[in-house]
Parts: sequence; structure tokens; C-alpha cells
Amino acid sequence: LDQPSIELHKDELTNDAGVLFDEALNFDTTSLPSGVTIFKIPLAKLVKEAGGSEIMRNTASLAATLALLDGNFEHLKDLISEEFAHKSEEIISLNHKVAKASFDYAKEKFADKIKKVLTQKENVVDQVVITANESCALGAVAAGLQFAAIYPMTPTTNILQVLAPLQEKFGFIYKQPEDEISALTMALGASHAGARSMVATSGGGFALMGEAYGLAGITETPVVIIEGMRGAPATGIPTWTEQGDLKMILGAHQGDFPRIVLAAGDAKEAFELTMTAFNLADKYQGPVVMIMDKIICEDNQSFPPFDYSDYVLDRGKYTREKEEDFQRYKFSEDGISTRTIVGSGNYFNANADEHDEYGYSSEDFDNRNMQMEKRNQKLATCAKEDMPEPILFGPEDAQVTLVSWGSNKGSILEALKVLPNVNFLHLTWINPFPVEAVKRILDRSKYVIDIECNFSAQMRGWIREQTGIKIEDTLLRYDGRPIFAEQIIEKVKKVMGEK
Amino acid sequence: MATMEELTTPHLPNFCPGCGDISIWSAFKQAAVKAGWDKTNTALTAGVGCHGHMLNFVKIPGFGSLHGRAVPVAEGIKLANSDLNVFVYTGDGDSLAEGTNHYIHAARRNHDITVILFDNAIYGLTTGQTSPRSPLGYKSKSTPLGNIDNPLNPLTTVIAAGATFVARVYAGDIPKVSQMLIAANEHKGFSLVDILQPCYTFNKEYTHEFYRENTYWLPETYDPTDKTAAFEKAQEWDTKKIPLGVFYKEDKPSYEQQITHMQDAPLVSKEPVVKDISTLYTKYK
Repeated sequence: LDQPSIELHKDELTNDAGVLFDEALNFDTTSLPSGVTIFKIPLAKLVKEAGGSEIMRNTASLAATLALLDGNFEHLKDLISEEFAHKSEEIISLNHKVAKASFDYAKEKFADKIKKVLTQKENVVDQVVITANESCALGAVAAGLQFAAIYPMTPTTNILQVLAPLQEKFGFIYKQPEDEISALTMALGASHAGARSMVATSGGGFALMGEAYGLAGITETPVVIIEGMRGAPATGIPTWTEQGDLKMILGAHQGDFPRIVLAAGDAKEAFELTMTAFNLADKYQGPVVMIMDKIICEDNQSFPPFDYSDYVLDRGKYTREKEEDFQRYKFSEDGISTRTIVGSGNYFNANADEHDEYGYSSEDFDNRNMQMEKRNQKLATCAKEDMPEPILFGPEDAQVTLVSWGSNKGSILEALKVLPNVNFLHLTWINPFPVEAVKRILDRSKYVIDIECNFSAQMRGWIREQTGIKIEDTLLRYDGRPIFAEQIIEKVKKVMGEK
Repeated sequence: MATMEELTTPHLPNFCPGCGDISIWSAFKQAAVKAGWDKTNTALTAGVGCHGHMLNFVKIPGFGSLHGRAVPVAEGIKLANSDLNVFVYTGDGDSLAEGTNHYIHAARRNHDITVILFDNAIYGLTTGQTSPRSPLGYKSKSTPLGNIDNPLNPLTTVIAAGATFVARVYAGDIPKVSQMLIAANEHKGFSLVDILQPCYTFNKEYTHEFYRENTYWLPETYDPTDKTAAFEKAQEWDTKKIPLGVFYKEDKPSYEQQITHMQDAPLVSKEPVVKDISTLYTKYK
């Protein structure tokens, strides 16, 4: 692209890497590692000869790169048609022409340097290429979403952009509110009236939702909250990744109420946990937060189409029938009372004040104790009835255990490929927390490293609070970039060498 | 259709003697009996302030929201079930201070909800501080030297924002309050009923006597479809010159009437079901 690009990325290049640029620019490449191949291609000239405009050098360089990796030109041609589908036929055919010229040039000129990276495979399995924002939105639709109020905020804006055009066909309402406070309170109103409801935001928006988070808790109103983290505090580094919102989510709002918190490590988990979140919100009648982080929100990953054939929509203890002497907040062993909706003919008051079994405001201390115990019992019930065992990748009896959550999953699994005596505890259920299983896994390991993209190792703190186990070593990153597999490998090798 | 008895809860109002809330309570219940608002067809929301207690005294399902946040809850209810009559109990602290943005945006979007503004120009629940409706120079616990914040006019604010039914009544005239609440609810779109009410304990200026002496009803010749006249009348506030009545009325589709895919039946007429999303994958293949 330019000279600074070469200087910025030179340290990331291995000996079999290549650098491709326009011949006419003639960059100084003396600082690059010795084994790096330089591919000088007359991009601008090829574009001009094909009759294209200057911006099509992008297409030309993409086509040349594909040629050098032994890719199939037809695929690129289809992708161009798809990407520019909203533009004119002329633009599409010009891009095709430019791509073909550059592809053929690179293929011929560098025939001996082509690497078989993208060689056409036989028996291709159909996959979807998807971000966690997209899969989260699709998961919500699949789970029977009826109402979403989402104020745009990076990195989750694309959730609303996927949802908005689908509302007529799939019979739900998407509403853009005036702010995040309104988003969550509107969603609570819709849920109060019977709609499966959600909101989505990032850290700053969630901070504004903090007040209504607890309102959902005390009124016992189901709602799914998607929180896509980015570099904080304040505006921070808004388009870069971070995992710094965990403590806020676990502690947001004054007082005690059950805060169910899940976290996705990739787009597939985002799909599945979103669907799970809707059932948990309905069953436990309150807010359920599903955390993602920027790097999975906006980056593509490929998966086989998601299979949710075994998903059963669960509305929990719920009635739309008029019942004699209905008590919305009736005391119960598991903490869950039967919910109804406004308009059912049952009287109830979804009351922000502490309330009695009907919802009337009450400051009676016996009632206060019983309502507090009833509400907070729901977390224990959820741990018992719904929480799965945590996911452990790699050999059970490994010497080193890596503990992490969220998007680090990708890099850690990549690192595990070359680290035989290492396993990885991936946490997707944050609250309730799989206390016994985590204790068992960590106790068995000789050396534990906590890996996170935040400054204060927030998950390490949470693990200590939940299990009493103090993890001594960490690998942290908070410069907005994701943890790289290379960093993990280096860290583990160093630790194992020392041992 | 509920009787007065069926709207009664086991709890009696805990408002101070002489409080305007007691007359509003009475007026609302009378309107409910007359118009047929009950627990099968009506939803109430309330914010925080003395008005918020009202949900305990009217046996129609309520959502007691946070300070300033009764309006967006009401919008959510109406969006999910457009068949319901949806009322917001709110106050001048609740919607003109903490929740002003929701108040303005609800008006601009013309949601089909009725906002009942318990307007006593004081913070009563927190024992007497200046509110956004308190006049300049007003002395209270928070403004011992006199209020220097310009008051906010609840009527002109929503007329400017796009409200389609804007009215004011005086709490002591129970039949008129009742009548106005019915008219506001019958209106399709955002309706505001600003209810001037005394806070006998903390506001010694705006008493029942003050309002009885200084309010008058807009004459029959007044044209409520004239927006310029509405702005003029809504700004009138002087000795013997506080107008009551419908200041502004406009026929315009409500927000809910414009959601084309919800016109046959409200959103919650169907229970949620698992949806097949396989047709959506093509975009991601």
C-alpha cells in the first residue's frame, strides 16, 4: 500500500512470506527479512489497459494474490458479482476484466513461486462465512424473537442491521430508540406485554442500561442483553477489541439480584448462546447477558450451517389464562413464580419497589426477606438445572492448563496444535459459574495460565471469588489487538522451559 | 368493564390530605368505569415521585418503572400489544427533568399512549425541592435564594416535538379531569394531559384556591387545530389567566398504525415459535 505499511508489518513476516505491490511504486524493501519474496506487479497499468478506474487496483491486487495462492478464478468472479450486485452491470464487468488481467499476469510471471494454499478441494462441504453479530441476530430470529430495541454502537451495530430488514418476514419488531436507557426499558415494556425481547450494545451503552438491568431483576421481566466489548474506558479505542467489561456486567446495578451471564468464543457459540439466553430469560424471568468481543463481532469465520433441530422453545412457568387470585410473585422453592402478561385478565404490578406476592409495594421485613431469597434462589436453580460442564480442550492430564474466555478461543486452539502437553479451559458460563468442575480441572493441573484481553485479569479475579483458587500466571493484552497464537506458544514454552 | 369496586385494591392512598393526587385517583377510576378500562384491556406505567404510588391503588396491571423511565416502558407495551389502552403516570420531576428525552421522543414519534402529567411544580416525594416547573424566584429547600432556572413548559415542549393531543386540566375539577382522560385515550396518537395539582405540604403557592381563582377554560370559539394559537395559549400564565382545555389536536397516523406488518393483529397475539432460518444462510455462503 505504502512504505509505512512495509515498516509496520515487517516483523510479522516469516521466510516464506511474500509482499505484493505496484511495480511503479518501487518501495524500499531492504528492511524485510531475507527470505521474503517480492512480487512487483504493474497493477495501475493493468487496470488502465482493462479500461478500469484507479480504485480497481484493489480488485487487481486481490486477483494477483489469489493467483499466487493457486486459487480458483471463478470463485473470485462470483464474489465480485455478489459484492457489487447493487451497482451497474458495467462496474461488475469492468472489475471482472481487471481481475482476470491481473490474475493471468501473476500466474504467468510468477509461475514458479505459486504456493498451493487455496488449491481447489474435492468434495467441498457447504459452509457459512459469518460474524458473531450476524450469527447472534440469526440465533435471535431462530429463537422466536418478537421485539428488539437497539441503539447503534460499535461493535454490535450490525446486529440491528441484520435484524431490521427481516422483521416483516419473521414477524417481529425492531425499534431504534433515542438511547440505550430507552432501549432496555422499551424492551422490558414489550416483554411485560408478552414479547420475547432483546437489546444489544457495547460497554458504554450497557453502562447506561445499568439502571434498567436491576429493574428487570426486581420486576422479574425476561430480556436478553447482548454486550459486545471494545477498548474502554469511555470512547477508548472504539474499533478495537478488549475484554474489559466483565466486572461491570457482573456488578452492574445496585444491590443483589440474579445476573445470568454467558460469553461466546466464536460465531457458532454466539448463535447457540443467544438461543439459550432467550430460554434462560423466560425460565428465570429476568435479564440474561450474552457477552461477545469486538474481534468475533465483526470478523468472519466459517462453520457448517448451524444445527438447532434439538432446540425447544421454553417460556418457563407462564400463563396467559385468567386465574383465580393470581399471585405474580408467589413464593416458591426454586425461586420461580408463574408469570403472566398484561391484558391476560390477571392483576399484577411489575413493581420497581420491593413488593408482596401480588406486586403491591411492601416494606414489611418478612416479605422483604422472602422476596430477596426467592429472587436470588433462581441463580442456584439455574446452576442445577441448566448449566453444562465447562469445555476442556486437549488432554485431561496435561501439565499446563490455559484458562480463558471469549474470542481468545481461536488463538488458543491454534496454539494447542503445537503444544502437546497443554489443555485449555474455555469458559462460556460466567454466572452461574461451574465452580466444582473448574476446581477439579485447575487442581489437577501443575501450572495454570490465565489468558485475557484486559489489564486487570478480570476473569482471574472472578475465578478466585468463585473457587478460592489463585491463578499465579497471566498472559494479558490490552492494546486493542487480539492475543496471537505465537504469543501463547512463546509464553507456554518459556514456562515449560523454566519448570 | 369494571365497576368502581373491582378497581379498588386492598390499599388506600397514602398521599397527604389535600393532595391533588387524591382527586386524580378518583377521576381516573371514574373514567375507567365509564370508558371500560380494566385488567383485560388496559396497562398502566408509572415513574418515580408521589404519583408512582398510584399503581398500588388502581386494580389494573401496572409496571412501576424507574425515575423518568415510565414513558419508554409504555411504548414497549403499546408496540407489543396495540390493542391495549396504555397510560403513563408521570410527574414534572419525572418527565421534565430525569426523563425529558423520552417525553420529547414519544411525542415526536406519536406513540399511541396517554401521558398523565402530575404537575405540582415541586419535588414532593423528596420533601420539597424546586422542579423544572417551579417559577423563577421560587424559594425551596434546593433554592433558598430563589430559583434562577427558567421553567420548562410541558405543553409547548411536546407541541413543538409533534404531539397530536395536548390538554391541561386542574386536578380539583374531578368530572373535567375524568372527561379529559377519556378524550385523550380515544385520540389515536401521543396525548398529554397536564394536570395542575396542589402539593399542599410543600408548595404553598399553587394551592387549590390559587388554581380555582386563576384558571379558565378555553372558549368554544378556540380552534385547537391552529398550532400557532396553541403555542400562544400554552404560554399564557398570569393572574386569572391560566387556560385549561385542549390546546392542540391533530389527526395523523400514530406510530403503531404505521408498522405495516402489525396491522392485522398485535405482535403478542401469537406466542413466539422457533423459526426456520435456512433461507437466510445464502447471504453468508
